[in-house]
Amino acid sequence: MSQLFHLGEGCQDTRTQDANGSILSVEGLVVEFHTSRGVVRAVDGVSWSVRAGETLALVGESGCGKSVSALAVMRLLAKPAGRIAAGRIMFQGQDLLTLSEAEMRERRGRDIAMIFQEPMTSLNPVLTIGMQLAEPLKIHMGMNNDEVRVRSIELLSLVGIADAEHRLAQYPHHFSGGMRQRVMIAIGLACNPRLIIADEPTTALDVTIQAQILELMKDLSRRLGITLVLITHNLGIVARYADRVAVMYAGRIAEEGPAARVFGEPRHPYTVGLLRSVPRLDRPRGGTLETIEGAPPNMLKPPSGCRFAPRCRWRQDICATDPALRQVGPDQSSACHFAENMPPAAQPLSDYALVPPNAGGTLVEVNGLTKHFPMRLGGFFGGFTTVRAAQDVSFRIARGETLGLVGESGCGKTTVGRVVLQLEKATGGQILFDGEDLATVSSQRMKALRTRIQVIFQDPYSSLNPRMTVGGTITEPLRKRLGFTAPAAQIRVDELLDQVGLLREMGERYPHQLSGGQRQRVGIARALAMEPDFIVCDEPVSALDVSIQGQIVNLLAELQGRLGIAYLFIAHDLAVVRHLSHRIVVMYLGRVMEAADRDALYADPLHPYTQALLDAAPIPDPEVELRRTPRALTGELPSPLSPPQGCVFHTRCPLADAQCRSIIPPLREIRPGHMAACLKI
Amino acid sequence: MSIATASNTADPRRPVAIIAFCRAQPLGAAGLIVILAMGLAAIFAEAIAPYEPEVINFGAMLMAPSLEHPFGTDAFGRDILTRIIYGARTALTIGFLSSFIGCTLGGLLGIASAYFGGRADLVIQRFVDVMLSFPIIILALVVVAVLGKTELLGIDLNLVLAIAIPIIPRSSRVVRSAALSVRAMPYIDAARAGGYSAWHIITRHMAPNVLAPYLILLTAYIAQAILLEASLSFLGLGVSEPKPAWGLMLAGDSSNFYQEAPWMILFPGLAISLSVFAFNLFGDSLRDWLDPKFRL
Repeated sequence: MSQLFHLGEGCQDTRTQDANGSILSVEGLVVEFHTSRGVVRAVDGVSWSVRAGETLALVGESGCGKSVSALAVMRLLAKPAGRIAAGRIMFQGQDLLTLSEAEMRERRGRDIAMIFQEPMTSLNPVLTIGMQLAEPLKIHMGMNNDEVRVRSIELLSLVGIADAEHRLAQYPHHFSGGMRQRVMIAIGLACNPRLIIADEPTTALDVTIQAQILELMKDLSRRLGITLVLITHNLGIVARYADRVAVMYAGRIAEEGPAARVFGEPRHPYTVGLLRSVPRLDRPRGGTLETIEGAPPNMLKPPSGCRFAPRCRWRQDICATDPALRQVGPDQSSACHFAENMPPAAQPLSDYALVPPNAGGTLVEVNGLTKHFPMRLGGFFGGFTTVRAAQDVSFRIARGETLGLVGESGCGKTTVGRVVLQLEKATGGQILFDGEDLATVSSQRMKALRTRIQVIFQDPYSSLNPRMTVGGTITEPLRKRLGFTAPAAQIRVDELLDQVGLLREMGERYPHQLSGGQRQRVGIARALAMEPDFIVCDEPVSALDVSIQGQIVNLLAELQGRLGIAYLFIAHDLAVVRHLSHRIVVMYLGRVMEAADRDALYADPLHPYTQALLDAAPIPDPEVELRRTPRALTGELPSPLSPPQGCVFHTRCPLADAQCRSIIPPLREIRPGHMAACLKI
Repeated sequence: MSIATASNTADPRRPVAIIAFCRAQPLGAAGLIVILAMGLAAIFAEAIAPYEPEVINFGAMLMAPSLEHPFGTDAFGRDILTRIIYGARTALTIGFLSSFIGCTLGGLLGIASAYFGGRADLVIQRFVDVMLSFPIIILALVVVAVLGKTELLGIDLNLVLAIAIPIIPRSSRVVRSAALSVRAMPYIDAARAGGYSAWHIITRHMAPNVLAPYLILLTAYIAQAILLEASLSFLGLGVSEPKPAWGLMLAGDSSNFYQEAPWMILFPGLAISLSVFAFNLFGDSLRDWLDPKFRL
């Protein structure tokens, strides 16, 4: 097994590095896509390099060209549309673009491995894990079956999969998302690659699993001397794991440098804007978020001059000329005419604060809400089992107040939202809306109440009817439910479009003609049209880019302040929830773990699960991250089909003992207004 | 508050849909031309046809195709070309009406089945299963036999119904599967949260989003319906003499005379085949064209 791991070899082997010590350097890369509407330059003259053993993060919003430039390195661009028009990709002193397809195949998987975003679909469902691990070993390393077996077991143990020997014979559907991503990493590691390119490796995963996977990758790259290129939009991840950062915008590099400097002293307004537009857990809560106005440019017709200029708040006349990427500090470069005069990344605290909840009394009260789904077991006569999606959930929302509902996927937060909306019938419990129990009111009464309870969905792409214009979508509630005449409705639609920050002429557009952020605004306008007292927001910003997220968060806060609407804000991003909520409920596996006022919960989380969630959420500041010792929660979310006995969290809880395995802890008031369901506090 | 910038995606030079279709699907365009020709023949039958369709002329019985009678004459001396032109009228009216009624009712049933789900879906789909277990022609035969004839504006409504009924379960199955995926979309949940009636959600939110499979079914079943009408007429249960209908022209006397006068069955048979072929070609191309999965 001498060939298995050459520890640190990547750092010492100078033969394979060029003069400045980089293992991979992309120089002047131009990638074009030929579409029916014309040629799109997705990557336009981009250069970046990564030194051996280093972790480089490519950061940017969707469509900025970060994934495309990585795919170009692997020469895996979609053919025939995608084409590398210019540039060089130097890997270990050799231009990958001059290699033949056969020579390139030799490199892929052996020297350079790639890990994709979607662990659910990047493994072949009909082959066992063992067969998929064996593939690169047989093809690239020429191992025989016995060697393959030994090496596969070693690889699985390396990525933290217990009982590797038995798991080799299992299929991908036996593994959870996080486990599958571990398998993908194991496959990537199979041939001792020099370089791993990870394209959003944890975006599809929950925050506690994300922390596990990233810790694993960082640890492996240190131990095995593997160079890592991490593509992500999450600034927190960059701060915690990257040595160097390249910020991309509209197909170009905006800024590049060591992570500490880019975060500490950003030299490009786009970087400053990105850093300011995410709410941060380590800072006192500000009022409005500072946002980057507008949306990224259409790459079919990119603006001339500085591409960020149309959205830049410090724009001046000179910005009509193209700024070159130039050295602006030790090892740091920026493509801005005013790189030396950048304001600090720290967001000035605005004096405007969220309107305090008015003491209008309780609007929504949920008592002991329980929802079970029957699920058919395998086979025709398999019978049914129940999925306990929500168990004994209780909370209260006052008028004009926001309740944040937080938890990882599968914790039942969306189910609670759907039951409150009466899109699903509750199995048990009460949902009092303004004193009326929604679970038992007549359907006539429910229909009347529906104008007062509205919803905003996560996915702005599927939450609008593609066959209806924006105007039609907003008019419908006015005409059908509120009895507006056509001319009156038209006036109101214009008002609503103004209110959510859309142009009036957008009323005639169809959803596919709008960007994601604009569609989400239409979804908000549709909900507002009913003049509701209460809106269930189901992950309203999690499908949006960082700079757009801030805009929508501000809009929701502003609307609440002006119209006094109460929100049930369902999300997994703890920082966003803190920014918007007055009170917060943390759920795990269908049960409430902790409920408290916002400041109490974030300042002093009581439940070990809440603590773990806060620990796992990375903070976009390398200095803060250096001081924190990441305590990744171990283990996986248990299946909701067979939740653990006793406390549902005991399988992953650092405090758990025998008592926790048998007694279901009640939610009790530990401090005034601060409830937690744990026996150990 | 920000005014989100407009992303202008409208293309002013986008060709009209029908031209784009003809370019992308030449076979479908050929089908469309045949269908349009049939349609024109049906509408302007009086102007085009050289003779009267129902006037018997024993002086010109069983004449072979000639310049005077390009497709020959039948046992009653009626011009076959004329009767084929008038027959297009019968075929298209009955074909289109019955396919439209069958696909629309079936489509609504399918969407309702998908929308309500659960027990309603179970009941509707088991009923559909039962309907599907009868061969299409048998079901039509039974309906015609039970209902008899009800003429309105020269169209036998019961014949239309007899052809439409077997189409209902078939189209409802296809539309239901498309509607199931629409049902899972958040905009349907948003509409439910808006408190709209089931009828409103089905017609305004679900139906427009299953339009593509519906249109494909509609054209495909026009072909089926024309064939079915011809079969029923051939069996003497559809259109009755002396009305001109293609299936009817193949039946009756032509079976006694086809050896001496093969043109009596040749030309109506060709008309049936050609029209069915044209509708099928058009329907297939329409499916390819509307389904983005088939687009490269």
